[in-house]
Amino acid sequence: MKDSGEYQPYSYFQLMEVSLRELLVEKGIVTEAQVAATVADMRARTPERGAKVVARAWSDDSFRNKLLANGSQAIEEIGIDVPALRLIVVENTPQTHNMVVCTLCSCYPRMLLGIPPDWYKSRSYRSRAVSEPRSVLSEFGLFIDKNIKIRVHDSTADMRYLVLPMRPTGTEGWSEERLASIVTRDCMIGVAVPKLI
Amino acid sequence: MIERSHHDMGGLPAGRVEPTEHDYAEWERRVDALMVLLSGVKGAPKLMTVDELRKNIEALPPDAYERMSYYERWVTSITQVMIQRGVITTEELGRKMQEIGRRDANKV
Amino acid sequence: MRKAYPLGHIRTPFYIRGHSGVVERICGTFGNPEELAQMRSGEPRQPLYRVRFLQHEVWPAYQGNPGDVLEVEIFQHWLE
Repeated sequence: MKDSGEYQPYSYFQLMEVSLRELLVEKGIVTEAQVAATVADMRARTPERGAKVVARAWSDDSFRNKLLANGSQAIEEIGIDVPALRLIVVENTPQTHNMVVCTLCSCYPRMLLGIPPDWYKSRSYRSRAVSEPRSVLSEFGLFIDKNIKIRVHDSTADMRYLVLPMRPTGTEGWSEERLASIVTRDCMIGVAVPKLI
Repeated sequence: MIERSHHDMGGLPAGRVEPTEHDYAEWERRVDALMVLLSGVKGAPKLMTVDELRKNIEALPPDAYERMSYYERWVTSITQVMIQRGVITTEELGRKMQEIGRRDANKV
Repeated sequence: MRKAYPLGHIRTPFYIRGHSGVVERICGTFGNPEELAQMRSGEPRQPLYRVRFLQHEVWPAYQGNPGDVLEVEIFQHWLE
């Protein structure tokens, strides 16, 4: 096959994807429309949804308590759908910093935040986050004082995790929308903290 | 080597974390979507579990596991599960891949 | 934690086997992933716990706060 520049020849795995999908459609197991709709659905799941949850928790103590007691339920109650997600929300405090990893594969609260980034699935992160968290965090530019305890959560089974970062000082009186704008995906994984911009 | 499976890497030495990310290609998103559908999350018949997905990824030879990208591992694993469960056969897959390979070659 | 190294699909990481920790919470009961991976029903469902370990007890060369912890979800049949 010649690469004319008009198209890219399929890689072996791309060929496998097309073939698998066509066979499943021919057998009536899925439709192309379902696949397209599911792709669109996952695209719509972005870290902004998690940021809204954090902003709400910062603004509303009773929501924060509900969130810490039962993450998925609290989130669904504010109208954000998270099918099949069993979420545990872990709270950063002045004494404790939380960080999430899946050493065995790449478990992540996808139904809330969407597809995780490459680095979260990388050998380096998965190997070292559990055994040298401070060193890994420093590579993200986050330096956690030795007086602060670190809790690393390894998502080994059915639960998924969201870090509730501390609300920065200087944000008094901010709207939820403005609060959400400083909550990045990396803050909710625990490799960053919100910064005032 | 067998005592500790290759995927079970917590605590092993490794290099710096490179904070890379890429915007996922459409084919990768479709693989992700197939997994969501086949595991019954979105109304299609539940034909596999995430546990089978993981098991088949873990069964990849170590050098393949390292060389393959995330969704290359996923599409391989999902396809293996479909064969294991008899949803598709190796023969059907082979013929389909040949057919599409020929179709693609005709597209200029 | 049990100190066992069987074959098959296992969600108890190698690094934690044989170590002692404290139960942080019970998460509920779930299908056994070891069985589900083999296209079986995952019955009997197993209680799942979150277990908290002190980092300096898990890793011989650990550098950090002595209160640093590692929290892992463990199925009941891996606890002893």
